[in-house]
Amino acid sequence: MNEASYLAEGGTLRQWLTTTDHKKIGILYLFSVTFFFLVGGAAAALVRTELLFPDAYLVTSEGYNRLFTLHGIIMVWFFLIPSIPNTIGNFVIPLMIGAPDLAFPRLNLASWYIFLGGGCFTLWAVISGGIDTGWTFYTPFSTRFSESRVLLALIGIVFAGFSSVLTGLNFIVTTHRLRAPGMTWSRLPLFVWSHYATSVILVLATPVLTLGLVLVGIERVSGIGIFDPKLGGDPLLFEHIFWFYSHPAVYIMVLPAMGVVSEIITCFARRRIFGYTFVALSSLAIAGIGFLVWGHHMFVSGQSLYAGLAFSLLSYLVAIPSAIKVFNWSLTLYKGEIYLSGPMLYVLSFIGLFTIGGLTGLFLAALAVDVHVHDTYFVVAHFHYIMVGGTVTAYFGALHFWWPKITGRLYPDRFAKWAALAIFVGFNMTFFPQFLMGYQGHPRRYHLYPPEFQTLHVVSTLGAAVLAIGYFLPMSYLLWSFFRGPRSGPNPWGASGLEWKTTSPPPTHNFHEQPRVTWEAYTYDR
Amino acid sequence: MIGDKKRTESAETYRRRRWTAHLGLWVFLGSEAMLFGSLALGFIGLRMLYPEPFAVASAHLKTALGTLNTAILLTSSLTMALAVHAARGTRRVGAPLFLFGTAALGVLFLTIKGYEYYQEYHDHLVPWWSARDPALSPPVQLFFVCYFFLTGAHALHLLLGIIIVLMVCSIDTFSALRIPTVTVECVGLYWHFVDIVWIFLFPLLYLYGGPSQ
Repeated sequence: MNEASYLAEGGTLRQWLTTTDHKKIGILYLFSVTFFFLVGGAAAALVRTELLFPDAYLVTSEGYNRLFTLHGIIMVWFFLIPSIPNTIGNFVIPLMIGAPDLAFPRLNLASWYIFLGGGCFTLWAVISGGIDTGWTFYTPFSTRFSESRVLLALIGIVFAGFSSVLTGLNFIVTTHRLRAPGMTWSRLPLFVWSHYATSVILVLATPVLTLGLVLVGIERVSGIGIFDPKLGGDPLLFEHIFWFYSHPAVYIMVLPAMGVVSEIITCFARRRIFGYTFVALSSLAIAGIGFLVWGHHMFVSGQSLYAGLAFSLLSYLVAIPSAIKVFNWSLTLYKGEIYLSGPMLYVLSFIGLFTIGGLTGLFLAALAVDVHVHDTYFVVAHFHYIMVGGTVTAYFGALHFWWPKITGRLYPDRFAKWAALAIFVGFNMTFFPQFLMGYQGHPRRYHLYPPEFQTLHVVSTLGAAVLAIGYFLPMSYLLWSFFRGPRSGPNPWGASGLEWKTTSPPPTHNFHEQPRVTWEAYTYDR
Repeated sequence: MIGDKKRTESAETYRRRRWTAHLGLWVFLGSEAMLFGSLALGFIGLRMLYPEPFAVASAHLKTALGTLNTAILLTSSLTMALAVHAARGTRRVGAPLFLFGTAALGVLFLTIKGYEYYQEYHDHLVPWWSARDPALSPPVQLFFVCYFFLTGAHALHLLLGIIIVLMVCSIDTFSALRIPTVTVECVGLYWHFVDIVWIFLFPLLYLYGGPSQ
C-alpha cells in the first residue's frame, strides 16, 4: 500500500465511523449491503429449498409468506437500490469527475447512518416475528388483516428512503458543481450520466413512497379507512401511490448497472462507445418516461380501460431508450479488440440477461397477455432477469472492475471468469423454468403447488445452488486479494477514465494535483 | 453549514460555494414538493370520490382562523425576504432582527393552529379518537384524516423552520461572527417553500364548498 493512500490514513474504527471521505463511506456501504445481500439471499435459499416438494416440509405457509416478504424487502430496499450507487458510485463518481469529494460529505455520512437505522428497524421486524404482506404492502391486507410486524418494517423502509433522497441530492449537486476544469457534460463518463438520471428518480419518487407507507401506518394504527374499501377508502389509491414509486425504483436499480456496462465494455473492447450522446440521453429518457408507466402493474386491478391503454403504450415507449443502449453496446463491440476478462464476462452476461428481461417486459406491457400471466411466475422471472441477471451481475462486474482502484490489489482473473460463468449458468437455470411455469399459469407467492410443476421447481432450486456458488466465489477470492493479492498499478486495465489517472488506492483527496481534462470520454480508438 | 469566510477565500470560490449550497437546497425542495404534491393529489382523488361528505366536513373547519393564519404566514414571508435582503447588503444588522420576527410569526401561526386543533378535539372531530362524534360518516372521517395529516406535515415543517431560523439567529448573538449570507438565503428558500405549501393547503381544505352544480 502506498503511503499517501486513503486506506493508510485514519485506520481506527472511530475514524472509519466518523469519516467524511466518500471512498471510506463507499466501503462502509459495501459492508452493509453485503450483509443485507446475505440475509436476503438466505431467505431466498429457504424459499427455493421449500419449493423442492409440492407439499409443505420445511416451513408452514405462514413462515413461507414471511420468508418471501423478507427476501423482497431486504433485497429491494437494502441491497438493490443502494448496491451500485452507494458503494461503487460513492467511491468512483468524485474520482471520475476529478473532484476531491462529494458536494456534501457530511450529508453522505449521515445518509449511511440513516440507512443503517432503517436496516435495524427492518431487522427488528424480522427477528420479532417477520412480515407477511409481500414487499408490496397491498392494502387492506397490510392495514387490517396482517398480524405481523408491518409497522416496524414500514419505519425501516421510510428511513432507507430518506437515505436514498440524501444520496441522490448529493450526486446531483456533485455532478453539476464539482466537475474538474475541462470535464464538460459531453465528456462526462456514462457511469456519471446514468447516476445522474438515477438520482433524479431517487429525489423525486422516494417521497411519494414515504407518503404511501406513512398512510398505511396511519390506517393500521387508527383504523380509519384511507385505503380500506370497507371503511370508505380507496385501495386503488394505494396501488397508484406505491407503483408511482416502485416502478421508477426498477430504474433506480438498473440505470446504475447500465452505467457500469458502458464503462467496462468500452475498456475491454478498446473502442469509444458507439453513439455517446444517445447512450447518455437515453438514461434521462428512461428516468423521465419511467415516471409515466406505473399503471402497468394495475391492468387487472380495475383501473379504467383507457388508463390501461395509455399505460400500455407508455410502457412500450420506455423500451426504446433501453433498446438504444443495448444496440449501442453491441455496436461498440463491433470491430473492437475484445479482451474477455472477468469484468467483461459479467458485462456480456448482463447484456444477454437484460435483453431477455426487457423483452419479456414487453409481453407484460401488452394488455391481453398480461391478463394471462399477471401475478404468475412469469412476472417473477421477468423482474429477476432485470434485477438479478441485470443489476446484481453488473454490480459484481463493477466490483471486479474497480477492485484494483478501491484496494490497490489484483485478484486472479481466472477465478473471476469461473464465477461469472457460474452466475450466468446458475441464474438461467433458476429463472428460465419460472417463465415456463408462469406461462402455464403457476401463481407467484404460493406455498403449495400441483405436483406436475415439481420438475421445473427442482431445476430452479438446483440452479439457485449453482448461483449461490457463483456469488460465494468472488467473496472468497476478493477477500484473499485484499490481504494477499499482488499490488496493482494506477491503471491495470489501460482504461481511459479520470479515476485511473490517480494512484491505486487513491490518496485521501483523490488527486495529487488538480486534474484538467483535455480529452473526450473513452479515447480508446487509435 | 456553508458560511462566509470572505477574508480567507477568493470571490470565485465563494461564488462557487454559494451556488452549490443553493442547488442542494433546490433539489431538496424538489423532493419535498413531490411529497406534498402527491399528498394533495391523493386528497383531491378522495374528494372526487366523496364530493358531498367532504364539503360537509370542510364546513366544520374554522375558516376565520385559517384566513388569519394565512395572513400571518404571508407576513412572515415578507420578514424573511427582508432578512435575506439585509443579509445581502452592507448593513447587515437588520438580518437577525428580521429573522427573529419571522420565527415569532411562525410561532404565532403554530399557536393558532394548535388552538384550532384543540377546538376540533373539543368538537369530537378527531377521527381516531374513540370519543369521536358518532354522527361522522366514514367519508367525513376520511376528510379529517387528510386534514390532520396534511396540516400536521406542514406544521412539522414549519416547526423545523422555526428551529433552524432561531439557530441561525444565535450565530449572531452568541459568537462574534456575522450570519453568513448563504445561510440566510438557504433558510429563506426553505421558509418560502413551507409558505407556498400552505397557500395550496388553505383553499384545498378550508374553502371547498362542494361539487359545482
